[in-house]
Amino acid sequence: MKEKSGTLEQAVLNEYKYGFVTDIDTDVIAKGLSEDTIRLISNKKNEPEWMLDWRLKAYNHWLKLVEPKWPNVKYPPINYQDIIYYAAPKPKKQLNSLDEADPELLATFDKLGISLNEQRRLTGVAVDVVMDSVSIATSFKKQLSEIGVIFCSISEAIQEHPELVKKYLGSVVPMTDNYFAALNSAVFTDGSFCFIPKGVRCPMELSTYFRINTENAGQFERTLIIAEEESYVSYLEGCTAPLRDENQLHAAVVELVAHTKAEIKYSTVQNWYPGDKNGLGGIYNFVTKRGMCKGDHSKISWTQVETGSAITWKYPSVILKGDHSIGEFYSVAFTNNYQQADTGTKMIHLGKNTRSRIVSKGISAGHSQNSYRGLVRAGKQATNARNYSQCDSLLLGDKCGAHTFPYIEVKNKTAIVEHEATTSKIGEDQLFYCRQRGIDAETAVALIVNGFAKEVMNQLPMEFAVEAQKLLAVSMEGSVG
Amino acid sequence: MLSVKNIHANIDGREILKGINLDIKPGEVHAIMGPNGSGKSTLASVLAGRDEYEVTEGNVSFLGKDLLGLSTEDRAREGLFLAFQYPVEIPGVSTTNFIKAAVNEKRKYLGQEPLDAVSFLKMMKEKMALVEIDQRLLSRSINEGFSGGEKKRNEVFQMAMLEPKLAIMDETDSGLDIDALRIVAKGINKLRNPDRAVLLITHYQRLLDYIQPDYVHVLYNGRIVKSGTKELALELEEKGYDFITDEVDLTADQ
Repeated sequence: MKEKSGTLEQAVLNEYKYGFVTDIDTDVIAKGLSEDTIRLISNKKNEPEWMLDWRLKAYNHWLKLVEPKWPNVKYPPINYQDIIYYAAPKPKKQLNSLDEADPELLATFDKLGISLNEQRRLTGVAVDVVMDSVSIATSFKKQLSEIGVIFCSISEAIQEHPELVKKYLGSVVPMTDNYFAALNSAVFTDGSFCFIPKGVRCPMELSTYFRINTENAGQFERTLIIAEEESYVSYLEGCTAPLRDENQLHAAVVELVAHTKAEIKYSTVQNWYPGDKNGLGGIYNFVTKRGMCKGDHSKISWTQVETGSAITWKYPSVILKGDHSIGEFYSVAFTNNYQQADTGTKMIHLGKNTRSRIVSKGISAGHSQNSYRGLVRAGKQATNARNYSQCDSLLLGDKCGAHTFPYIEVKNKTAIVEHEATTSKIGEDQLFYCRQRGIDAETAVALIVNGFAKEVMNQLPMEFAVEAQKLLAVSMEGSVG
Repeated sequence: MLSVKNIHANIDGREILKGINLDIKPGEVHAIMGPNGSGKSTLASVLAGRDEYEVTEGNVSFLGKDLLGLSTEDRAREGLFLAFQYPVEIPGVSTTNFIKAAVNEKRKYLGQEPLDAVSFLKMMKEKMALVEIDQRLLSRSINEGFSGGEKKRNEVFQMAMLEPKLAIMDETDSGLDIDALRIVAKGINKLRNPDRAVLLITHYQRLLDYIQPDYVHVLYNGRIVKSGTKELALELEEKGYDFITDEVDLTADQ
């Protein structure tokens, strides 16, 4: 009759539903990293000379760097020679439409809830699908091109739109930016490219789905989004990987450029394999994401729901260069078992009357460690810069940790920076109150967590808000018992 | 409806309840009174199924079922409601969402379809009028920043929504001024019916001026030491608990 105490701890057991492996013929190169590896990748992708030179420059710079040690995460040294840098499902023939894709691939994405079949596809959402190192398919490409929107894989953009790629690649995140950005610049294999021409409001959500399939393969994707004057685009990315005992590296770079009066809304639902309940395996998600509000009155908004990965290290940032530009960062980071997350943002105010808003909700369960790390900087010229930050942490149980590292640097007297932080805990009292009303512990935790994360979830595009909410509920399964 | 037989209960190895016997029939209102530390709130917690308490002896039958064999949530779904002495705050969860989850969990347990939005709103409106609660309060995070009176009124509102068979009111009068007490008592009185029993747990007689009990029990040192009708409450008010506790202590000494 008497149940064991610690109801809460058992309600957050994680069952990862996307852990299967697709058995598909894959073109894999040998493990290891050298100039030859980079030449091989560039050659496989049939790249122009300038691209290879760019990669080699990045690689040589990377050799001089050391891995950063400041994040609040722990992991054994990564052997960069033990990673496969290129793995691609072998295409049976040149694809004219998605319906001609390998049925095994279509089945894989069906299983992940991403239907690539023309008829069954989500209306209003164009999808680019990246498996391991290559983009497999992009939907609605033709319809989008009619209004001048370019949405394709970055490999294709290098071939078809070299001027745009040359102009913008590395313009927001330089190849020398940091260790993982340099590595990505050297070996990136695929990712998405979006270009929204002047005055166009992109009529559908653009979305990329990333999947790691091959064992020992690292995924290094590169995404570049350019919004010309007075344009608008909403972009969403999702990701999953199979269950494996060894850790896999995912080091991506995302660059956004918003010109005058343009707006980019970038949403991430990150669900890489988080490792098992003892902390074995899982993805190292070391990502550099940055947007540049280049023109006046431009706006960039990041929304992220982070539930996966063994380790997350990412700070989607905005450089507020244009006057009156706006940067936003909305984040829910959920960690369970032995997951570690060190995530947050940087808001760099350079222009006048720039505004930024940060809302971060961290939820920790099990033995996990969840850190918010954020920088707000107002430069000398940033007259009347305004920032509001709110960082809330919710603890489930008493073996997890929540940490907040806010950095504030203000060089202009007229700038106003506000920071609020709270830490709360789902207590046994709250659970008892819910259970006394007939709500079992698991449902109660979901109710409380969803209430906690609501402000951020509301920022997601409608089509994905429901998915994200479900994902959060799945990640928490068994967190109470 | 509720039959408590020789219940002994511990917390942290300390025995708080030392053999409680209590029988409640549908439609009856029982009041349990007693000095601080006598075990009143422990009794409420044990009946509702709070994990920290360990029942070492005795049994409880509720509507013919072994109450102690049921989980906390199933006890609630069977129709046992506890109005908390200190209602708990849940940031980010509105009373409306909370109570909707509770109502539908109960319906699921009873094999009924969940209430659709329209029926749920209709039910809310009815019950809101019944217990005189402001709609604005219901869209706020449950109990967060509520005044003492608002919290207690919210408890009575939840009781109205969940339509329990047995409602245990744990010191519902504590922390209320006389106006708030009157409103809360009025709400409880409106919810009295021939099928529903109420167990009032209170330290003071004043609540019983507004809610007339059929029976009054005095709890002291983990036992019910005296039972009677509402006149017993008046006698306690007049003479204080000492007139009973002295007698009990004296008997114990002999």
